[in-house]
Amino acid sequence: MTKEPSKNKTSGESTAESTEPVRIDITRKKFRFGDYIAEKIIKGVAFLSITIIVLIFFFVFREAFPIFSDSKEVKPAATEQTVQDAQETYGVVTDHTTKAETQETYGDITDTPVKVETQETYGAVTDSSQVQEQYGVQTNDTSITTDPSDTYTVSAGSGFDDNQSAIKTLITKDWIPVSEKPRYGLLALILGTFKITLISLLFAAPIAILAALYTAVFANKRMKEIIKPTIELLAGFPSVVIGFFALMVLATFLQEVFHYETRLNSFVGGIAMGIAAIPIIFTITEDALTAVPKSFFEASLAIGASKWQTAFFVILPAATPGIFAAILLGVGRVFGETMIALMATGNAAQMDLNPFASVRTLAATIGAEMAEVVFGDTHYNVLFLIGSLLFIFTFIINAIAEFYVKGKLMKRIQGK
Amino acid sequence: MIKSFKKNIKGIVIEGITLASALLIIAIVIIMLTVIIIGGKDQLSWEFLTSFPTDGMTKGGIFPAIYGTALLVIIMSIAAVPFGTVTAIYLTEYAKENSIIAKTIRFAVRTLAVIPSIIYGLFGLGFFIKFVGAHIDGAFYGGELRWGQPNLLWASLTMALLTLPVVIVSVEEALKTVPQELRAASLALGATKWQTIQKVVIPGSLSGIMTGTILAVSRGAGEVAPILFTGAAYYLATLPGLSDQFMVLGYHIYVLTTQSANVDQTLPIQFGTTCVLLMLTFILNMTAVILRYRIRKKKTN
Repeated sequence: MTKEPSKNKTSGESTAESTEPVRIDITRKKFRFGDYIAEKIIKGVAFLSITIIVLIFFFVFREAFPIFSDSKEVKPAATEQTVQDAQETYGVVTDHTTKAETQETYGDITDTPVKVETQETYGAVTDSSQVQEQYGVQTNDTSITTDPSDTYTVSAGSGFDDNQSAIKTLITKDWIPVSEKPRYGLLALILGTFKITLISLLFAAPIAILAALYTAVFANKRMKEIIKPTIELLAGFPSVVIGFFALMVLATFLQEVFHYETRLNSFVGGIAMGIAAIPIIFTITEDALTAVPKSFFEASLAIGASKWQTAFFVILPAATPGIFAAILLGVGRVFGETMIALMATGNAAQMDLNPFASVRTLAATIGAEMAEVVFGDTHYNVLFLIGSLLFIFTFIINAIAEFYVKGKLMKRIQGK
Repeated sequence: MIKSFKKNIKGIVIEGITLASALLIIAIVIIMLTVIIIGGKDQLSWEFLTSFPTDGMTKGGIFPAIYGTALLVIIMSIAAVPFGTVTAIYLTEYAKENSIIAKTIRFAVRTLAVIPSIIYGLFGLGFFIKFVGAHIDGAFYGGELRWGQPNLLWASLTMALLTLPVVIVSVEEALKTVPQELRAASLALGATKWQTIQKVVIPGSLSGIMTGTILAVSRGAGEVAPILFTGAAYYLATLPGLSDQFMVLGYHIYVLTTQSANVDQTLPIQFGTTCVLLMLTFILNMTAVILRYRIRKKKTN
């Protein structure tokens, strides 16, 4: 690689000064091994991001794939034992869920197993006495779990035998992964995800776009210096903090205002996710607006339009593709948001168009159930399938935003 | 006259609406900050920060969570910053702006930035734990379960992938602020391209690399979804090593608010922990914003 440019230079020089005799070729570089290695490494590393994408594709799909093949794919020996565990773990939930306290408010099925599993597998590091004190009920069960030779019945395992029947349930509306006959209906989850995405965008998009318009057109320098860093700070808020805020403060506040029944529902979750999506929509919209050439603005003012007319009828339309991209990426953000969905939406999978009903999103389902699922089991594969869906969806959204929209924006601004 | 006045009113109202939206966003940020700080400030003390949780996590401090978060971001930075910086160097110094390779890499970086964090979690589980870890166990430990399970290393590496685009974008921006003349001067003096990058370009963009690192750390400290099943633990009595699970601030908030049996009892601790996490990310972001502001100023000068 080092040699190539130097060669080019020599040839260029020699043609220019071909009449003069060249005694010492000063442009000829010594071959430096260090440089060569460095360049190769830099090039190699640069491909890392592409490699990662490919790997993500491959490994997420690989874990989702067994659903579509025969049930024999799942190693019987492994399931045999693990099914017991699963049965066990879920048994805990159904038996002793702290319904009175958490079920209602947080609608949380994931409650116990997380603890149980942590303790069970990594018993060495956990202070069991501590946990025992606190969660006495669960720990009792754990002791059973840790004993593989236990005579616990595997009745509910029957659903695992048949992957084919599990697939058939994919397009139903029942998401009941843990039961006698597990059903993996994704429709309620998909509906919930779309519902919450719609709510959050209805909230976030107008605010973010108008604020971006203000920042790009009307604001003076000082206001800009307040708004932009604030947005950047909001972008830096961890989603778990926004989720916490929604759970503790926003949910109560909104319930007092709107007087609905369930405290945690898609409305609260949607607003909270909207807060998380505002920075993305704002930043990209603002970029698109400022990319509109100054001449547009001046021309519009020169023919007598006022500032707001220019803003709404000249600059905003010119930047539409960018705003479209902003909204798309906002959708992507909300779609994949996990922590806020886990904390503030109620997590109940139901087919209900009412915005004040609890929902469960695709991402939250993965987040809540993956930690306690049995590796290699149908439930595990279905969760990876959901992950693949999310991945494909965000990938497509990003590709549209990237290629289609940017090309259009460029064309429009350059006046072609 | 009247017409222009009417027009004016309309203009003012419309401008007012846009201003109101901007102010609403600022208000949301301020409300969130104040609510969490006021809720958590009584809890904050030296003891809270440096002691272990006691009484089944209903009392005591959050030291293991802070320790875990620190370890996580350190290992994550060690993995993400060099790779991110090198990728940025390739994109600005070596790749031609419109070559297919550069375009593909840029697209990949942006895709990495928008992939939901939970997908990274799945990837960490499927790749690091089930593939790499399991193979290491098979090869070196005779199948004994050691690396093929959730632990700090895999969680950090998963987080590193997540923060890679953050680093790349900030470093790239900083590299572009190094004037082309400096590079030309260095090359004219006989330095090779690599020497120029080493001695001129990188020192000139150190603040950008710093910004990228800080942003990445802030992002990594706050994200929970990728580590939900790649290493975060509910409670640990000892401080973790590389192959152990670990406690982390964000996950601690999550489990305290939704997974524990006595949510009301731990309310002060929840607010305290959230306050610590928010302050941490807030300060880091603030630093990054100021640093970046300086870089941009340098660019315009």
